[in-house]
Amino acid sequence: MAVNPGLAHLSDTLFTTAIATYTLAMGAYTAEYAFGRRGHIAATTTMAMARERILVGAGAPLPTEEWPPLPTPAAALPRTTHRTSAERVGRIAVAITILGVLLHAASIAIRGSAVDEVPWSNMYQFSAVVGLIAVLAFLTLLARMPQIRYLGGLILLPVILLMFLAGTVLYANAEQAVPALQSYWLAIHVTAAASSEGILLTSSVLTMLYLLRRRYDIRAAAAGQPSRYPTALAARLPAPDTLDKVAYRAAVFAFPIYTFGVIAGAIWAEAAWGRYWGWDPKETWAFIAWVIYAAYLHARATAGWKHRAAAWINLTGFAAMTFNFFIVNIVISGLHSYAGLN
Amino acid sequence: MSPPRTILSIGGRLMRRGWRRLISMRTALVLLFLLAVAAVPGSLLPQRSLNPAKTEAYIRAHGTFGRLLDRLGAFEVFASPWFAAIYLLLGVSLIGCLVPRIRVHAKAIVSRPPRTPRHMNRLPEHDSWTATGEPGELATATRQMLRRWRVDVRDTDTGVVEVAAEKGYLRETGNLLFHVGLLSALLLIAVGRLWHYEGQIILEEGSGFCNTVLNYDSFQAGRMAQQGRVAPFCVDKMNSFTATYRPDGSASAFRADITYSRGADGAPQHDELRVNHPLRLQGDRLYLLGHGYSPKITVRMPNGRVLSGITAAFLPQDALFTSEGAFALQGKNCATGAGTDLGLQGVFAPDGVTNTLGVTASGNPQPLHPVLAVLAYEGDLGGCTGRPHSVYSLDAAQIATGKLRHVGGANLTVGQTLTLPGGARVTFDGYVQWASLQISHDPTQTYLLIAAGAMVAGLLASLSIRRRRLWLRLTPDGDGHTLITVGGLARSDTGNFTTEFATLTRRLQTAAPPAPAPDPLEPAHH
Repeated sequence: MAVNPGLAHLSDTLFTTAIATYTLAMGAYTAEYAFGRRGHIAATTTMAMARERILVGAGAPLPTEEWPPLPTPAAALPRTTHRTSAERVGRIAVAITILGVLLHAASIAIRGSAVDEVPWSNMYQFSAVVGLIAVLAFLTLLARMPQIRYLGGLILLPVILLMFLAGTVLYANAEQAVPALQSYWLAIHVTAAASSEGILLTSSVLTMLYLLRRRYDIRAAAAGQPSRYPTALAARLPAPDTLDKVAYRAAVFAFPIYTFGVIAGAIWAEAAWGRYWGWDPKETWAFIAWVIYAAYLHARATAGWKHRAAAWINLTGFAAMTFNFFIVNIVISGLHSYAGLN
Repeated sequence: MSPPRTILSIGGRLMRRGWRRLISMRTALVLLFLLAVAAVPGSLLPQRSLNPAKTEAYIRAHGTFGRLLDRLGAFEVFASPWFAAIYLLLGVSLIGCLVPRIRVHAKAIVSRPPRTPRHMNRLPEHDSWTATGEPGELATATRQMLRRWRVDVRDTDTGVVEVAAEKGYLRETGNLLFHVGLLSALLLIAVGRLWHYEGQIILEEGSGFCNTVLNYDSFQAGRMAQQGRVAPFCVDKMNSFTATYRPDGSASAFRADITYSRGADGAPQHDELRVNHPLRLQGDRLYLLGHGYSPKITVRMPNGRVLSGITAAFLPQDALFTSEGAFALQGKNCATGAGTDLGLQGVFAPDGVTNTLGVTASGNPQPLHPVLAVLAYEGDLGGCTGRPHSVYSLDAAQIATGKLRHVGGANLTVGQTLTLPGGARVTFDGYVQWASLQISHDPTQTYLLIAAGAMVAGLLASLSIRRRRLWLRLTPDGDGHTLITVGGLARSDTGNFTTEFATLTRRLQTAAPPAPAPDPLEPAHH
């Protein structure tokens, strides 16, 4: 079965269109963020609430393991009965994102039928899948927490960057896999890896927003006045607890998938290379990232590490994962040399 | 009066304090970080276990610094004492943390949920309403709503009925299962390393080998593996090796067709070894790891001796299978010193292209136009010196010292002959293919897979299941009504307990509906 060049070309066109669609959606999300209902008055209200919360939180230790539910600013603010234009723009942004997801998924599916196998055996294809999963993870979180909608642009930004890199630097022509990759474990192992990485990408963006918002709140409480740029950007973000919780939930969802992906990789390595683990650079970095995410989950349950420290551990884990993808694939040679860049 | 402080008691106290610190979460976190950081040089520096040649080259290139790194174990990170120290400490810390947790959890599983607290309104979630009926019957009715909970109903002396319920025990069970699985996995890996063995062999089409240590080109074994006791089986013959290619020249499949037999006198069986499809037999696995070409030559000596169909495995040097190797034809008698050796060092190209400088390389991995470029040497190959050297090249020391003399060379296509000044004639007959096979044995693999499965299952349970406590107090007011107070506590940090509690309360109210009479304590109807 040979590669179908017509389908491969169609897949590439859809990929480019998906990037353009996401960019459009990002513009719409940003418009909602910039001109949203939570203008000047809303921002000051949030600030006052945040100040109060920090003062309360500092004085009285909480009686239970779980924080009492705090009203999120978005929920606490009076909702207008008719939709504002910003809200309408936000809804349109979600619709455009869904269109982008469809184009994106079609591009991957058509690439798959062009090469007649699961299309994630090189860096371009893998990036495409990670980007798709990241957007899907955001949409899933959005369905449960509509108040994070206007963050869409901030999630789409790294996805668009990743897809741009994939389409330019990492691009590889549609080719069928070498014999070493001809195994159903390719579908299992790489799907698990790409899914967990996509979700962890979303988690790390939310964690960055959490840290920014946290700093903004602390400064606001201490100085009693709004922060300057860039911390001021956090003025319209959801409450830090919300961001922290959503980031944690995404990581908690991804961690077992990632663990399974590593184990599936070991099972495949046993069948392909004669051993289940050999400290190949890719394996080593998968191990490093796994250990860091394990530390993140433990930090979330350790007094004194719960908030800021845990957030930084999450970001370190994502950095290790990114290193494993870009640097280990491109710079360090090992058995996982399937980048398709040679 | 307290007993005098002896050195022993102080030492004991310090040890207890040290132990408590070791098993604390904080220490575990630090050790996890150390483990991650310690693994980094293992990926950035060349490792002896993965690439010994590259490692030696790195050490040579970095002089004192390289030797210092070597002494620190930086080229064997994953076998170094400091790496072992971290994971052993982590293991001990984990055991120290797990044992008491297992004890507590076992106790929780067999005991009743904790009793209803006196003041429900101190709980993070609480609610109350008045229902029609006696506490006993209402308790029975609400109990129906808590089907997946562990429920404990107590009647007190005052006629008040208390219901205590808890669910999500599997969360802690899963958490413990994950950690026990992890510890077992580490233990199984260690045991597997001690008893494992691994051998590599290059096998040409038409030949076979038996699974004995001596037959392998290289062999590695764990400390406890008994080298003489490998699984008894033979690959009687590799019937053929096939590589298939796509129109664009990329490989699509490799197949080694073998006949093998189990035990000393097992019946011959057929199998097709492929990449990703090892042959598993008697606890051993046979892998197809690589392939290459062995050029075949016939040598006619001036004295009339004919050596026909000699093959030598050549090692591929690039993706297009430009391969290098050597033929060593010993003619010297080591006892008498009489006679002359003939050595041929060569490059084999399955699709030979010779550039203007006369250098032959391959343009395609497929044997479209096989070319054998040979340099012939006569003299002493050094075979009598007993000094080991690679079979893929002639001994460079013998050439440098002039004991092997260059006597001729040619680029041969199939059927062509090179005639040497001494009268010897070398004919290039063609090639056979070889496959590099690996035999692996690890007695713990299957158990390790079970441990890994337990880890994933435990992880899923411990991250998805929510541990919740719920209490009800049903107080009779004497005129056929009962005041029901409900309180809830989330014992794990997932989900939105506020909405969960509201849903639960609503469900309880379907079993014990709020009395129609207006009551200040009654919540709004939904």
